[in-house]
Amino acid sequence: MKMKPAPDEAPGPGLLIWYGNIHRRRDLWWRGSALMGPGLLWLLVFLALPTCGLVILSLAQRGDFGEIHWVWTLNNYQRLLGFGLFGWTPDHIFILGRSLVVGLVTTLICVLLAYPLTFYIATRPPKMRTALLLLLIVPFWTNVVVRTYAWMLLLSPQLPPAKIAAWLGAIPSGSPLFPGSLATYLGLVSTFLPFLALPLYSSVERLNWELLEAARDLYASRWQVFTQAILPQTRPGLTVGVIVTFIPAMAMFVVTDLLGGAKYMLIGNLIQNQFGQSRDWPFGAALCLALMALTMIGLRLYRRWGRS
Amino acid sequence: MNVRRPLVAAVAILSLVFLYLPSLAVAVFSVNNARYGLLWKGFTWKWYQQLCQNEAILEAAVNSLLVAVISTAAATVLGTALALALDRFPWPRRLTQALDILVHLPVVTPDIIMAAALVLTFSLLRGFADIFDLGLTTLVLGHITFQISFVTLVVRSRLAALSRDIDEAARDLYATGPYLFRRVTLPLLAPGIMAGAMLAFTLSLDDFIISFFTHGPDSVTLPIYIYSSVRRGISPEIHALSTLVLLATVVLVILAERLSRFRAD
Amino acid sequence: MTGQIELGLLVAQVQKSFGSHKALKGVDLEVREGEFFTLLGPSGCGKTTLLRIIAGLELPDSGHVFLGGQDITRLPASKRQVNTVFQSYALFPHLNIFENVAFGLKARQIGPAEVRRRVADKLEMLSLDDLGKRYPHQLSGGQKQRVALARALVNEPEVLLLDEPMSALDAHLRAQVQEELRRLQRELKQTFILVTHDQDEAMVVSDRIAVMRDGLIEQVGEAREVYSRPRNQFVAEFLGAANIIQARRDGGQMVTSLGAFDLTAAPAWETGHLAIRPESIQLGEPPADDRNWVRAQVCEAIYRGQSLDVWLSPGFGQDNCRVRVRTNAKNHLRPGDQVSIFFPPEDLVALDHQSDAR
Repeated sequence: MKMKPAPDEAPGPGLLIWYGNIHRRRDLWWRGSALMGPGLLWLLVFLALPTCGLVILSLAQRGDFGEIHWVWTLNNYQRLLGFGLFGWTPDHIFILGRSLVVGLVTTLICVLLAYPLTFYIATRPPKMRTALLLLLIVPFWTNVVVRTYAWMLLLSPQLPPAKIAAWLGAIPSGSPLFPGSLATYLGLVSTFLPFLALPLYSSVERLNWELLEAARDLYASRWQVFTQAILPQTRPGLTVGVIVTFIPAMAMFVVTDLLGGAKYMLIGNLIQNQFGQSRDWPFGAALCLALMALTMIGLRLYRRWGRS
Repeated sequence: MNVRRPLVAAVAILSLVFLYLPSLAVAVFSVNNARYGLLWKGFTWKWYQQLCQNEAILEAAVNSLLVAVISTAAATVLGTALALALDRFPWPRRLTQALDILVHLPVVTPDIIMAAALVLTFSLLRGFADIFDLGLTTLVLGHITFQISFVTLVVRSRLAALSRDIDEAARDLYATGPYLFRRVTLPLLAPGIMAGAMLAFTLSLDDFIISFFTHGPDSVTLPIYIYSSVRRGISPEIHALSTLVLLATVVLVILAERLSRFRAD
Repeated sequence: MTGQIELGLLVAQVQKSFGSHKALKGVDLEVREGEFFTLLGPSGCGKTTLLRIIAGLELPDSGHVFLGGQDITRLPASKRQVNTVFQSYALFPHLNIFENVAFGLKARQIGPAEVRRRVADKLEMLSLDDLGKRYPHQLSGGQKQRVALARALVNEPEVLLLDEPMSALDAHLRAQVQEELRRLQRELKQTFILVTHDQDEAMVVSDRIAVMRDGLIEQVGEAREVYSRPRNQFVAEFLGAANIIQARRDGGQMVTSLGAFDLTAAPAWETGHLAIRPESIQLGEPPADDRNWVRAQVCEAIYRGQSLDVWLSPGFGQDNCRVRVRTNAKNHLRPGDQVSIFFPPEDLVALDHQSDAR
């Protein structure tokens, strides 16, 4: 009898078939760990641990020469809430609130512009669609400093925008249109419009137009067509767009630094200050954590709105 | 669509104009023959010629490219390995979910927080080794940190699109590990790895915030150079430099689009 | 065990669970060398799992698989002389058709001249000669299927496994491919194991069929045998239309609500079920000895082109239309017509209800 079964070496947990090959579970585990190790270690050392490090740093204290004193204190958070050497001031709270508002408003304006823009592009003939899409991708990849600089030039006193504003009496003649809130929002919206529009486009492109026709057939108002037919279908793209717009917009410091001036200081500028001129890293770390908290609040607001 | 077509078209076209008008203005004034002011004084290439003689700018350009090439190479290897490890091993679901969060972290963390965290790390590590003094090395290390995640995400999405059948068929047809990787996995994954690497490269060239925090006095990149010049005011050289950066972006984007279309065929 | 089986494939007591779901509950199977064998069953019966275990793409929890007398249970797929045609075909999208077919040969480091010869040979055999330079996405479904077949056959496997290879083809093409497959297997004299849920397909191509249900094999046999002598009600109904009649054994006769029937082979049970195929029941005039004849009234007659399907109610009313008869399409029957029908004793099958109820 030739057909003797091979000895049963512990079947079950030890061996498994994975992508068509038999492995010992333990071997697979080691090989996977070895493959994952370097990248994971990198993210751990340069990202995860340092982020936790910021928490610890935020509990330390700045020394007289910008060095770090590792004493445990909540001073930085008290300062964040406005309790300083000279009594209470709302300066920092204002900056936090302003960051949140600027982030939300920028995102909202971008959404309002991105819908018509993406609908327009999606309804063009194919060749033109590709071309228009490229027009949207180029600013997406153009450096933010370069693009902000372009606004500084365009809003200079010698060029038409500032001249018209001066003629209308909004600004004294011979002065530029920046720094100020208009310039800040122009810079922010033009920076982030592609960030919102590109993910949104990927959803609009796949839109089921028949559903829109059906909604209109059933005498839906324009608003109803939008909320009942368009919004649910484009929500995946919109969500990605909102996240990649809102988070960096709130933390922005290039645009606000160049176009906003002191009055438009956002939390990003404040953090940059602490790690730059002021050299108060512990306070900077506390601000970073506040920014993270603001990010969460913003995303929570978006999710709540999404549910209703 | 009768959602007021003309209105939609008007908003869309104005949005595009709004995106390009400032850059067009910069391009126009980059060939204006006037050192100061913004009055048209005739056409000239001289600002571009001056750029080529400005050593600081040339050095910044070289630094930018150097950092982008080195960090992209490293991040592509690390990120691809990480994607393969996450996707192609029977990890418990909980572990995969936890690792996913770690990998997604740089995508949703504001750049400035990552920058601050990196600065902190480098200052702590400086106690152990000189290479963590702020300079080209720290720039490269910082860039790799955010690039890894993007490479991993792109490669993973490609891996997810490859069905297990293909691997099983290869095994069924007598392929063993290395042969299968060389003849099947790698060629099928190549477009994803290429896309990930291109994304990483562009992100590196484009990055300002993390570079700004982690660069040293001798390792200025182009965006940092432009930023520090801009703070001193507008100048025709910067017009020219900005225009070149914009043109380089256009070329890169068109190249990437051609490449992806070529792959789709 | 015969020497012939030693060269074929033997599956012994194979069990496999996925989580709490028992996909295979101890399957035994013998496939002879050179036969066309089919695993037939509804979806979820474990037939694909069994095929994957034979291919080396799943490990059984217990049990063994032997090929040519050798235990291959723990042999990796890449070392088995077994090749598979996948349901999705799983062609390599980055390789052209020639390279796809050559893959298995190259993986075993066979010289380029022989690779070229053998691939060309198989491409020609499957009329794919002109497509060598094309890529999978440029082919039609039928062409892809032939490439998958060529890619597996070129390795001259001891067993070729086919996992529902025709499920992606349209009905017209499927019939044609089934006959081709049958012819191909006859020519090559290789062992083919096909998995399908389509009983017509199974009957067209197979030498023998194993009918599976819930992780067990219900019956194995030649197509004719499994069709006309089903072991139990499940097999009877899965392979085609069947009249199932409740019966009680009374001496040598079976007593039913239609009357008493003689059977060629009497069952062991006292009460149970009989089965008969609709086309086995005959219409006609009863002879003097009218045993196994029943009078009935036509409820409905459905013209199907090659046959006439008639629903009959035994007796004189139309209130019990449960007998299905398939007869010559030339017959003209209308609802209300009185007919006599004959249940041939050799075509009445006593079913094994214990195997149904498990």
